Amino acid sequence: MQPSPFDAAPVAAARPALMAVLARAEPGELHAALAALAPVPPVRDLRAPEVGLVMVRGRIGGDGAAFNLGEATVSRAAVRLDGGAAGFAYRLGRSVAAARSAAILDALWQDAGRREAVEAALVPVRTRLAAEAAAVRAETAATRVDFFTLVRGED
Amino acid sequence: MYVAAKGGEKAIRNAHRLLAKRRRGNPNLPDITLAQIAQQLTLAVDRVMAEGSLFDPELAALAVKQARGDLIEAIFLIRAFRTTLPRFGASRPVDTAAMLVRRRVSATFKDLPGGQLLGPTFDYTHRLLGASAGVEGQYDEVDDATDHVAVLAGAAGAGPMPRVTDLLGADGLIEPSPADAGEEPFDITRTPVTYPVDRATRLQTLARGDEGYLLALGYSTQRGFGRTHPFVGEIRFGDVEVSFFAEELGFEVSLGTLQLTECQMVTQFTGTAQAPPQFTRGYGLVFGQCERKAMSMALVERSLRWAELGEEKGAPAQDEEFVLAHSDNVQATGFVEHLKLPHYVDFQAELDLVRRMRAERAAEAGPEAFEEAAE
Repeated sequence: MQPSPFDAAPVAAARPALMAVLARAEPGELHAALAALAPVPPVRDLRAPEVGLVMVRGRIGGDGAAFNLGEATVSRAAVRLDGGAAGFAYRLGRSVAAARSAAILDALWQDAGRREAVEAALVPVRTRLAAEAAAVRAETAATRVDFFTLVRGED
Repeated sequence: MYVAAKGGEKAIRNAHRLLAKRRRGNPNLPDITLAQIAQQLTLAVDRVMAEGSLFDPELAALAVKQARGDLIEAIFLIRAFRTTLPRFGASRPVDTAAMLVRRRVSATFKDLPGGQLLGPTFDYTHRLLGASAGVEGQYDEVDDATDHVAVLAGAAGAGPMPRVTDLLGADGLIEPSPADAGEEPFDITRTPVTYPVDRATRLQTLARGDEGYLLALGYSTQRGFGRTHPFVGEIRFGDVEVSFFAEELGFEVSLGTLQLTECQMVTQFTGTAQAPPQFTRGYGLVFGQCERKAMSMALVERSLRWAELGEEKGAPAQDEEFVLAHSDNVQATGFVEHLKLPHYVDFQAELDLVRRMRAERAAEAGPEAFEEAAE
């Protein structure tokens, strides 16, 4: 990993948040974000983008010991920018092209000079995700039911 | 025994071509798209993911289409596909308390924190064929939706929604979940199973088990074959985050979200010398919106805990090896359906044997008893 030219602590905390957004972005959104950040330095694959599996685990009773629930498809990529940082991506699903774009965005983000632009390019994704979650909450809240029990007579 | 047979290549090729034609149906009708299957036959797709034991809605939609809607065939296709991929590792256990809840009901507490959220359910529909299946007019049946959305949007709120079992647990009225000792759970896809097995192994097996089979076994416990007096403590369905510790990064990365159904079945327990009277639990967790499956799984899971809870054994749903070893519909269909493949050599041997036995019996009984036997 490249040594960071600025305070490492907030960056270390912000990168998982960035990668979470990159994991949830649609492939088209990632490619569009990357196009908006052009020109991008030449990119070398540290590892060929690939699809694999992650065993998803749950907990017994929801909060107890772990058990294996089942697998999910995951695509991953690892790249290095010419003269820059290494970028990584892990995403549910099988779009290796999206994983590669996400890894490039992760690498660009680590360049302090480009971080703001990367964040700006991802604003539409964050906005969409927030709107979708809000819509789910609102739709679900509209189905809230208040059951009441009827007291039966003493007959 | 099945002995390989040769020949029939042309017939097989033609049969597969005919299969493709029948799969397509009337060519004047539009070809169904994978997005349509994933979006409009969601519960079929969810079942294929759950029992295929692989979360990937697009792949499951493809499997449903390729299998002409035969879900067990689709599950088979998914299981075969997963063997072609490398495994990157295991996720952190998902936190269902932090779920983006799309449905959440409790049959035990009407006023639970976070509320009862019906979500997209068949419950309380009239089951009148055609009355709500058609799209037209159905949306209008949702009354005062706009008002509720505005008022309650904040109410569902962000953040964790406590599980009902956590509420009971706070008073010590329900047994706690087995503590996480940090051990690697047994993985039935990596190591052959020998009985008896632990709870984690049972849950992994049940999570991919056939819905109909588990439904029947769960039903049998209600009808008196190993009764457990169950209540639905809670059912919740929604989106949970999956994260994974990436070695090369040295931190946990979020892979995105997937949908799960969780069922906490609560059953009465009179206690033992060691444990006071309290409620015990059966747990169900399934990919997608598979509520019937999650409930059945929780009933069967509780039933299999008879030994641990000092209960008497006697019902089919309590027989661990019987229940678990026959729950996988891919294994079951493989063994049942292989019977239709050519068994000519095998059958020839049996035929010879039956003829010989008949001849022997005829010889013992005298020449008139089985005149035709030795033919």
